[in-house]
Amino acid sequence: MSLQVDIQHSQGAFDLALRFECGAGITALFGRSGAGKTTLIDLIAGLRRPQQGRIAVAGRVLVDTAQGIFLPPHKRSLGYVFQEARLFPHLDVRSNLLYGRRFADGLRLRHDGFDETVAMLGLEPLLARRPGKLSGGEKQRVAIGRALLARPRLLLMDEPLASLDAARKAEILPYIERLRDAAKIPIVYVSHALPEVMRLADHLVLLGAGRVQADGKPAELAARLDLPLLGGGEDAGALLEGSLVDHLPAHGLSRVRSQAGDLLLPKIDLPAGSMLKLRIPARDVTLFLQPPEGSSALNLLRGRVVEMLPHGDTAMDVRLDCNGVALLARITRYSAERMQLAPGAEVCAAIKSVAMDRG
Amino acid sequence: MLSLSPEETTALLLSLKVAGTATFASLPFGLWIAWLLARKDFPGKAVLDAVVHLPLILPPVVTGYVLLLLFGRKGWLGAPLSEYFGIVFAFRWTGAALACAVMGFPLLVRALRLSFEAVDRKLEQAAGTLGAPPWAVFVTVTLPLLLPGLLAGLVLSFARAVGEFGATITFVSNIPGETQTLPTAIYTFLQIPDGDGPALRLVLICVALAVSALLLSEWLSRLAAKRIEGG
Repeated sequence: MSLQVDIQHSQGAFDLALRFECGAGITALFGRSGAGKTTLIDLIAGLRRPQQGRIAVAGRVLVDTAQGIFLPPHKRSLGYVFQEARLFPHLDVRSNLLYGRRFADGLRLRHDGFDETVAMLGLEPLLARRPGKLSGGEKQRVAIGRALLARPRLLLMDEPLASLDAARKAEILPYIERLRDAAKIPIVYVSHALPEVMRLADHLVLLGAGRVQADGKPAELAARLDLPLLGGGEDAGALLEGSLVDHLPAHGLSRVRSQAGDLLLPKIDLPAGSMLKLRIPARDVTLFLQPPEGSSALNLLRGRVVEMLPHGDTAMDVRLDCNGVALLARITRYSAERMQLAPGAEVCAAIKSVAMDRG
Repeated sequence: MLSLSPEETTALLLSLKVAGTATFASLPFGLWIAWLLARKDFPGKAVLDAVVHLPLILPPVVTGYVLLLLFGRKGWLGAPLSEYFGIVFAFRWTGAALACAVMGFPLLVRALRLSFEAVDRKLEQAAGTLGAPPWAVFVTVTLPLLLPGLLAGLVLSFARAVGEFGATITFVSNIPGETQTLPTAIYTFLQIPDGDGPALRLVLICVALAVSALLLSEWLSRLAAKRIEGG
């Protein structure tokens, strides 16, 4: 396990008691503002001292109050990408990028990985510029590069996209995905934006009121109706993985195969065989007891009702098992009664929309 | 009119030497005290703050007399310093520099303290997470960001040192070639008949020095600020 956290920390009225472990890939710490996400990441980075507990990265103890160990931030070898880029205004982009290198390498500064990182983040044209002349998105890309080049054992990212508008977010997300796939460094990614988390995370830790509420694979947690931020939330939706099978150019559609069945989506500009992450919002799923005849619905999946939970005053959340994967549907309670839905019932789900990311 | 007599030239050069020495020798202490006042909380902070500002409020004669008590040949600090280290302040140009340094110190500390408070601590935190130990954070991040305020503080305390009169004349007297700086030289010329001409020349030099110091400080600060903002 690359990161082990077991800490208790109170600050005024706020009380944090967390225990979790995570491995390679991107671990998302997800929760509302005030859930303790930034406090936790500051504790990992050493910017705050926990009152009690232990944090270790790749077997190296960073803090252990029982043994009286506390490594200051500069001895932790962790990269930290802050919400605001925090670039050094008096240094140009190149010097910002190399800042951490000087301390990691000492007198023999090595440039390995510099060109690759610059290329991966598209920083080549910015190298001679100063931070004051960069856009928000560019600044954040430089900050990511700067943290990566300091040879970290773990990369901490605290809402790196929160201060950016939608266009800038869309500009940076692919870079973070590339980072996840290219860098061997585990990443802890803090966010309160569900789509971002679902798109990026390999592992999800749900924080609420200073506690770990749930911990597991994003697809599993997304389908849990008892979690008000995920399966039970306003934007509830199931996560599916699929691969692109072929294109139907005459109709402008692409066929995607998932474990739940084949889906037809508006044409996707990727070659056949590409892996995709699909998100199917619960509100866009309609349930039928029998496969509807003469319907315009393109995508029908068969499944069995596993769990039902009322949502608000009028809605009913339904979790289906479609050939081993979960699908969520949010229908009215009136419909559920009329259809006499109950766990075990076989149904047919019509899907109105699918959001898609590259897998 | 502006050709200076040897006496006047001596006073001018001595003034520059005394003020320059005073300014640069007090810089490390100024940085340290300003850092303490801006960043640290400790018992006695208010007292330290008051002591640093005393020379600004006390009559300069009092400051000069206190320096004489402390650093005179038989003073509490002056006696051991001259006996063990051979360092003598009394009636030497070094004493004039000490008096100027003490008088300019509050101005230097004030400018530096404001600059310390203006430096974004978040940038220092970021440097720490990138592996920089505290001393390196200070040298590579804090100090460069401090530069505009530091330059302004240096120029102010230099200008103050050139103009210092009361404490200097009380502590180290008015010895031509050793402790006679521009202000004390002007004072001396004004005491003798036909001294108006030389006094006026030195006054003009003082005005020129003051104006160029202020312009220089403005220009340096703007240059440094521009660098930091990303010009």
